[in-house]
Amino acid sequence: MTNRHETARQETATPDMPPPNAPAAIELRGISKAFGAVQANRDISIRVMPGTIHGIIGENGAGKSTLMSILYGFYKADSGEILIHGRETQIPDSQAAIRAGIGMVFQHFKLVQNFTVLENIILGAESGALLRPSKAKARTELARLAREYELDVNPDARIEDLSVGHQQRVEILKALYRQADILILDEPTGVLTPPEADHLFRILDHLRKQGKTVLLITHKLREIMEITDTVSVMRRGEMTATVQTAETTPEQLAELMVGRKVLLRVDKAPARPGRLVARIRDLRVTDEAGVERLKGIDLTLRAGEIVGIAGVAGNGQSELLEALGGFAKATGSITINDTPLDLGGQASAGRTRRAAGIAHVPEDRHRLGLILDFTAWENVALGYDDAPEYRRGPLMDNGAIIADTRGKMDRFDVRPPDPFLPARGFSGGNQQKIVLAREIERNPDLLLIGQPTRGVDIGAIEFIHKRIVELRDAGKAVLLVSVELDEIMSLSDRIAVMFDGRIMGERLPARTDERELGLLMAGVETEAAT
Amino acid sequence: MTKLPKWADMVLVPVISLLLAAAISAVVILLIGGDPVEAVKVMVDGALGSPYGWGYTLYYATSFIFTGLGVTVAYHAGQFNIGGEGQAQIGGLGVALVCLAFPWPAWWMALPAAIVGAAVFGAAWAAVPAWLAAKRGSHIVITTIMFNYIAAALIVWLLVEVMRPTGQMDPATARFGAGTTLPGFHQIPGLDLIFTRKVPANVTFFVAILACFAVWLLLWRSRLGYQIRAFGHSESAARYAGISSTKVIMSAMLISGALCGMMSINNVMGEAGRLLQNSSEGAGFIGIAVALMGRNHPLGVFLAALLFGFLYQGGAEMGLWTNIPIELRLLLQGLVILFTGALDNMVRMMVAPFFRTRASAGVR
Repeated sequence: MTNRHETARQETATPDMPPPNAPAAIELRGISKAFGAVQANRDISIRVMPGTIHGIIGENGAGKSTLMSILYGFYKADSGEILIHGRETQIPDSQAAIRAGIGMVFQHFKLVQNFTVLENIILGAESGALLRPSKAKARTELARLAREYELDVNPDARIEDLSVGHQQRVEILKALYRQADILILDEPTGVLTPPEADHLFRILDHLRKQGKTVLLITHKLREIMEITDTVSVMRRGEMTATVQTAETTPEQLAELMVGRKVLLRVDKAPARPGRLVARIRDLRVTDEAGVERLKGIDLTLRAGEIVGIAGVAGNGQSELLEALGGFAKATGSITINDTPLDLGGQASAGRTRRAAGIAHVPEDRHRLGLILDFTAWENVALGYDDAPEYRRGPLMDNGAIIADTRGKMDRFDVRPPDPFLPARGFSGGNQQKIVLAREIERNPDLLLIGQPTRGVDIGAIEFIHKRIVELRDAGKAVLLVSVELDEIMSLSDRIAVMFDGRIMGERLPARTDERELGLLMAGVETEAAT
Repeated sequence: MTKLPKWADMVLVPVISLLLAAAISAVVILLIGGDPVEAVKVMVDGALGSPYGWGYTLYYATSFIFTGLGVTVAYHAGQFNIGGEGQAQIGGLGVALVCLAFPWPAWWMALPAAIVGAAVFGAAWAAVPAWLAAKRGSHIVITTIMFNYIAAALIVWLLVEVMRPTGQMDPATARFGAGTTLPGFHQIPGLDLIFTRKVPANVTFFVAILACFAVWLLLWRSRLGYQIRAFGHSESAARYAGISSTKVIMSAMLISGALCGMMSINNVMGEAGRLLQNSSEGAGFIGIAVALMGRNHPLGVFLAALLFGFLYQGGAEMGLWTNIPIELRLLLQGLVILFTGALDNMVRMMVAPFFRTRASAGVR
């Protein structure tokens, strides 16, 4: 990992460095923005030199996205000014941003699914009432961009037929076609496989060589170290530091982001797998459109072991969790403690699964794990309103639930420890702690946990990882699904890689590496190193 | 959207909405050559100025409380019950059948039986749309509206062809026995000192207050209520929790239908003493406005029902004593619904900046 970033750096960083007194491609001076009582950005000043890749890193809610939205004209700053290539520029809307040469690649792509690549690229940038000349012009331009930046995509392919990596390239092409010379990418690698991410970084490298300026927003330290020239750290709406990437370390950046020392590795003793808790045989799930999403999964889960499911999002991991959690109809068999589970997807399956000893921290806590308008204590009862200690006949024992919530908030360090605050009022990390407390404290035989640290700040990640390992050490089985390969590698005792609804292979973390897992995630069979 | 303090959300926004509705109504009254000041005077005087006026205001409010509660319960399960009108009329049929079935010796024996009749018939009328929504995914708004028409037609047919006593000209049932007459406020010891003249407000008002409490208990203290609210807020999270959508939709809609049906105790049993055509008189629709304005909380529903009772009675008085036509009452109600329901967020956005500056000044 370190090798790669150093070589990349030597090739690229030095040749085209602009003279130090040249005007910055982007200069922000004293940008502030408040939403109600929340100061999202406070007095932010930053200079981004042309021909560089500038990283912006920070926890969720640190204000990165707000800052970029101001730059792209979605929000108006309360105060401060924006200078583009040394000229003060007003950016009241995204049209103005495009005119100023700014292009943005969002985390969630803004593409018309049933249009072709070409149609998407000219959308909004047509040169006249007739499409034919625009298309012809775009086609030549696309060919040029593809040559220059390794941005090859078939211009006549429909977006819905393209892989996520290719869709992202279309977004970049859209920006370049509109003559952007400043490109903002918001968490671009969240949806990519490692090989796709490598390709993206090569594209960014080409852009840098052509003198384009790239702003890369991410919370992944590894990417910052690998590709950027300069990195700015944001914390609680403020820009806490801007440093040359070559002169910093991941540990230092993490500390700047969180404001205290952070343990980036997970400390855990070797696993001692015990009895068989769950056996999954030939599990198949077909979605509403008739597409088979799980194509025969075989997996065993043992007490005292964390099994990690690696894979690019959308390869059947969610369906696996849903089938285990009881709300997807499946065929095949799942046995828990030798008792077979009903796979019919009944409405009450959530309850029977809990009774069978399965707890589930779902991937999407906003949609499944929490009811955002409910208070914290009401959310603690979610799925457990029939628990004897929470009820008095047909009535709920609200007092008992509130008291239990206080205890959970204390033990899981939920802040603020207010049982009456609606779930939407907590940060991502604290929301996750509420779900985790609810599920873990039921002392399940099997914990299903999807994306445990998605949208969770670094400080809370450490805590959540510790709790998962503690549960394992207490002799429970844990099935971990995550798109963060680092998380899978550091937490799992055994790794199963999913691709296209199948398990491509199982590996032990000590005997594999990112490269091999990356190949498996992309569907390439590799020989298991035994 | 800026979050307003609770009191502003509950009190300030509705009050501003009301004032806006009143202002526009005043302009309309001026345009048609009336005197808005006089109109307000007549309305307030007629609805609230005397025990007699209050007797009518509270009578209307009683009906609106039931339908408002009905809409509220369904709303918390994410179901928009537009069928209160039909459920109230069919509830009236239940009341009529109970009252005519048996020569009741005393009102306090007839009342519980009539409540059951009204609730069962109202719930039954909601059951089919509820079942279609739970099992077939049919849109509850469409089906309940359709059922309003079916109910109205059914009642007309029953009154004309089946239940009308021979020799009677108008489409109505026979008069209920004397033992079913509910005591009006003018007949209740203690209250009769205030209500010296005969008023339509009757003991049903107290049943409505009990219903408010029962709905509060259901929604915020019971497991069923918890499941209803969980499902209403997030179907996906309810599914994750193992809450049955069929159970929630069916029970919420049946309770909703039962509550709407129960309004007919007030008018069919308490006032008319027989079942007439269109007995619900639009109270089913006003219930929607009452629930919206009452923020789908029983206390809010109670207060909003009082307001609409005032508008109803005051509007009638205005039509009677001024040259402003009674139809203006509909305009006023429509504007109140428009501002408190549909344009609620607009008012909230108007108010929000004041709280924003105050809040940020307070924090920083």
